[in-house]
Amino acid sequence: MEAIVLKYEISPDDFTRAGEASSDVKNKLKQMGVAPEAVRKVAIAMYEGEINMVIHAKGGEITVTITPEKIVMELADVGPGIPDVELAMQAGYSTAPDEIRSLGFGAGMGLPNMKKYSDDMKIDTEVGVGTTITMVVNL
Amino acid sequence: MDKFYHSVHLDEKLCRGCINCIKRCPTQAIRVRNGKARINSKFCIDCGECIRVCPHHAKQASYDSLDTMKTYQYTVALPAPSLYSQFNNLEDVNILLNALLLLGFDDVMEVSAAAELVSEATREYLAEHQENLPMISTACPSVVRLIRVRFPNLIPHLLPLNPPVEVAACMAAKKAMEETGLKREDIGICFISPCPSKVTYARTPLGVQTSQIDRVFAIKDVYPRLLSCMKAVGEDPKEIGTSGKIGISWGRSGGEAGGLFTESYLAADGIENVIRVLEDLEDQKFTNLQFVELDACSGGCVGGVLTVENPYVAEVKLKRLRKYMPVARSHMDVEHTEEYMRWTGNVDFEPVFSLGQNIMESFAKLNQVERLLGRLPGLDCGSCGAPTCKALAEDIARGEAREEDCVYYLRESLHKLSTEVSRLADDMAAGEKDGKETLRLLKEYIQKISDDMAKLDEEKR
Repeated sequence: MEAIVLKYEISPDDFTRAGEASSDVKNKLKQMGVAPEAVRKVAIAMYEGEINMVIHAKGGEITVTITPEKIVMELADVGPGIPDVELAMQAGYSTAPDEIRSLGFGAGMGLPNMKKYSDDMKIDTEVGVGTTITMVVNL
Repeated sequence: MDKFYHSVHLDEKLCRGCINCIKRCPTQAIRVRNGKARINSKFCIDCGECIRVCPHHAKQASYDSLDTMKTYQYTVALPAPSLYSQFNNLEDVNILLNALLLLGFDDVMEVSAAAELVSEATREYLAEHQENLPMISTACPSVVRLIRVRFPNLIPHLLPLNPPVEVAACMAAKKAMEETGLKREDIGICFISPCPSKVTYARTPLGVQTSQIDRVFAIKDVYPRLLSCMKAVGEDPKEIGTSGKIGISWGRSGGEAGGLFTESYLAADGIENVIRVLEDLEDQKFTNLQFVELDACSGGCVGGVLTVENPYVAEVKLKRLRKYMPVARSHMDVEHTEEYMRWTGNVDFEPVFSLGQNIMESFAKLNQVERLLGRLPGLDCGSCGAPTCKALAEDIARGEAREEDCVYYLRESLHKLSTEVSRLADDMAAGEKDGKETLRLLKEYIQKISDDMAKLDEEKR
């Protein structure tokens, strides 16, 4: 059976809309009868990624591919890129400016949480060009 | 009893098949079919929103008539804290409680008194169970039902304590049996309720096997009779009340959480707001929260559909009433309260929103929904009887609706057919092609058009 492909445009600096895409995916997975734990993993991992795109990358595009076996989330942006991936992956490390932190974001848990809640994660990044993160959650 | 029993139902005679209720139902449980609203019992959570918005009063709540009191030898009234907020210038709750006795009840057990015990038990529970925070209040039955069908990941966070009304019912039943020597079935434990959701709870409770509540009366039914009884209560009413600020405050949003002596709580009211909070809780967007209080009605229980006063005015009255009250007057030292408190059953996830029977079937149906969404107009007009185009697409995938139910789809189809008909007519007039075959096609198209027109008439009926 053909996969379900969902595309979401993520608008930059719009915190009121951040989370819309992950929420939509979450509700589709619930309708699909996916195990609650897997739904939770997708929702958290994708929400973190979505927020990152809003804060750091001036938006971008998320492509979600759903098959009965797995969910693949590809988050692509043309933002600043991540200079030191290893450092960015450390819990608590954050480059978020103060005004973002004052909104309650920027605790340095974005990438670590994305890694934690996905079964597989690949980061493809180049400074000045952009970042594409691919996360997989197996069903 | 059916696990999807409901206390909200439709009076078909009054229903005109408008779209008000389908649009406002928070779980998209209502469809208009053949000109009448139908409630899907698996999706409905008894929040009462449809009762509130129906302009024709076709949506109604089921509850017991006051006459049913007569079927018992001894009755105990369980007034909800929200009842106290319905009266002007009520300065002493004892006037109200004595009026309940004049109304015909043999005894009164305040739900607010039991609420103070539940507050105490909740404080203890939170102190002992720091591993699974935040705990979510289970006092509003609609919220518990919503979590059961839509938020499986939050079920472990449900506070496994009975709501105050259940604790009050247990205490009242025991006291009545001890004092009168009557059998349990001769005693009527009667809750005076702000909402139909509690009726559902009394019939099919979650967390315990059976409820001790025998009858549920509506505040709006009791209210007019109470008014006259209250006038008959003398200058110095007998002291009956045993609750303080904490108990009374349960009647409004934030009251339950306020009794926990912690700042780390969130209180949300109004079913749409509740859903937003649950969505965010599920995504772990909140940290360091101890407790989450959720009330389906705006303002909390004072906003229930069976109350008479404006919920915000009621809240002010509640605030004035509790001003000179002690913080709390009921404590856990009462015998047996511990055993009335804890849940004895589990709440199991009911995946009613799944599109198919299994993941493969659901996946195929989700695929179909996505394709259908591309074809439907996206206007969410409600004319098909479903609240949104997406809901119609889901109904079609479930086999409960057809694409032709969409008036825009039907219009398009009619348009195409009539274009075909005029083309064929032109062909015939010009004498081109086989005349007989063209005539046959022409008849076929005309038949299709009248079929589609018949569908439109069907909608109106």
